Amino acid sequence: MSERTLRGSTAVVGVGETTYYRHGQAPEPEFVLCLKAILAACADAGIDPVEIDGFASYSNDRNDPPTLSTALGCRELRFSNMQWGGGGGGGAGAVANAAAAVATGLADCVVVYRALAQGQFGRFGQGPRANTVTGDLALTVPYGQMSPAQWYAPKVTRFMYEHDIGQAALRAIALASYHHAQTNPRAVMYGRPLTEAGYDESRWITEPFHLFDCCQENDGAAALIVVSAERAKDLKQSPAYVLAAAIGAGYRVHSTPAGFATPDLASSHFQTLAPRLYAMAGVGPADVDVVQCYENFTGGVLMSLVEHGFFTAEEAMDFLTLENLTAPGGKLPLNTSGGNLAECYMHGLELQIEAVRQLRGQSTAQVPGAEVSLAAAGPMVTPVSTVLFGSGATL
Amino acid sequence: MSYLPPGLSIPVPERNGLSAPFWEGLREEKLKVQRNPRTGAYQWPAQWIAHDDQSFDIEWVEVEPRGRIYSWTRVWHPVHPALKDACPYVVVVVELPHAGNVRMLGNLLGDPTAPVEIGAEVEAVFEHHPDAEPPFTLAQWRRV
Repeated sequence: MSERTLRGSTAVVGVGETTYYRHGQAPEPEFVLCLKAILAACADAGIDPVEIDGFASYSNDRNDPPTLSTALGCRELRFSNMQWGGGGGGGAGAVANAAAAVATGLADCVVVYRALAQGQFGRFGQGPRANTVTGDLALTVPYGQMSPAQWYAPKVTRFMYEHDIGQAALRAIALASYHHAQTNPRAVMYGRPLTEAGYDESRWITEPFHLFDCCQENDGAAALIVVSAERAKDLKQSPAYVLAAAIGAGYRVHSTPAGFATPDLASSHFQTLAPRLYAMAGVGPADVDVVQCYENFTGGVLMSLVEHGFFTAEEAMDFLTLENLTAPGGKLPLNTSGGNLAECYMHGLELQIEAVRQLRGQSTAQVPGAEVSLAAAGPMVTPVSTVLFGSGATL
Repeated sequence: MSYLPPGLSIPVPERNGLSAPFWEGLREEKLKVQRNPRTGAYQWPAQWIAHDDQSFDIEWVEVEPRGRIYSWTRVWHPVHPALKDACPYVVVVVELPHAGNVRMLGNLLGDPTAPVEIGAEVEAVFEHHPDAEPPFTLAQWRRV
């Protein structure tokens, strides 16, 4: 093996999800949701679930591979993987780990999954209730800075200050997600459109984030199946080949909540990753037909798109318009399922799935002829991660 | 009188004592951060090892409690019951130019609805909580 690359050697061949619920509304235990999403992905691919020999997840998912493998009656377990750190920033990393395992022969059929039932386990967006805090938390919680929106807001404030970017840029990102959710019956915000006025009049959560700049919190589960490119040819769906994947962050990026100390504060932390990603894929930003970009908060999407090379910070105000960001005809259709803001906060795995559906021509906001599809996970955390998928024509 | 109402989690040093000099310093109205005695490189938050030469020999130094606002947010939505009637409040990221540009977090004292200017000079105000169990002191910030 002369060249170290993932390019074209694996593919996503099955995707699936449960019904997506408002947080706390799932009628079943989280583990059952997880099983059902995995079975849905297997059915989509035309694979018997007992063939699954690897499991990859992220953000300390509570449903561990040995338990899942046992429950499903899988023949054997070869790969039991957790992407370490970064919370939702590991979503593409989990796909990368699965692809690496298959490409190198560690496993043959790996499922990437994420399940959340916050009614059973508590929410992300509430502050700690303990009597004492220590370590990095002690440096922020006593000042009332204790939720993800609060931790990441100063990063966006600084970026907007440095590059003279106004609120309309964030608004366009929110409107694009809600726009696309209106044609997606899976979306929790299906039938609940958002207008410019609705955004402008919505309450502040923490500046510069209005209510609609913030992701939902939801219950549900999602899964996708990775196999070798050879195996993929014999299955039900058109394969979404992994053209490239990259995981990481730059110099001394502190984990949340000590992110305020990161030297490069005004960043989503894709700068070092994006060049590696494009080099492995052999494509550039101009070749990308459709983008799924993790929205914990819209300001993170703004910085992610800049750092992936779609436009410069100075071009952001002109580029970020609803027209440019919507399928089918926009310059850069973004979050075409509705994403974390409006489809479901399945911790970004729904974005990986949507990137695959675009290459199959199965999106509810389809970009005609999409061949190269990007899905980024994480912004503003460490490590972040991105996958570039390609159709068979790109190999 | 504290900037935020009582009821939030009380900051305490780690059981292994890593940040104890910082918290003890605040109680004496001294702002302390870590410095590498060989290179002069500052670091904050506290670490066990110097990031620039990987030595475990690190000193704590008192620095002038002044800085400038590097970034900020104004919180309108309370995520803790104790903050239900405390919004809006302002959180600032303060850069210390005389200490290697390390950054600290705190509240910006004064009218929470007033404009916040990045680059503005600020100085620390030591906010004592002597009746807390255990007692502690926070470094808050006000415009110079």
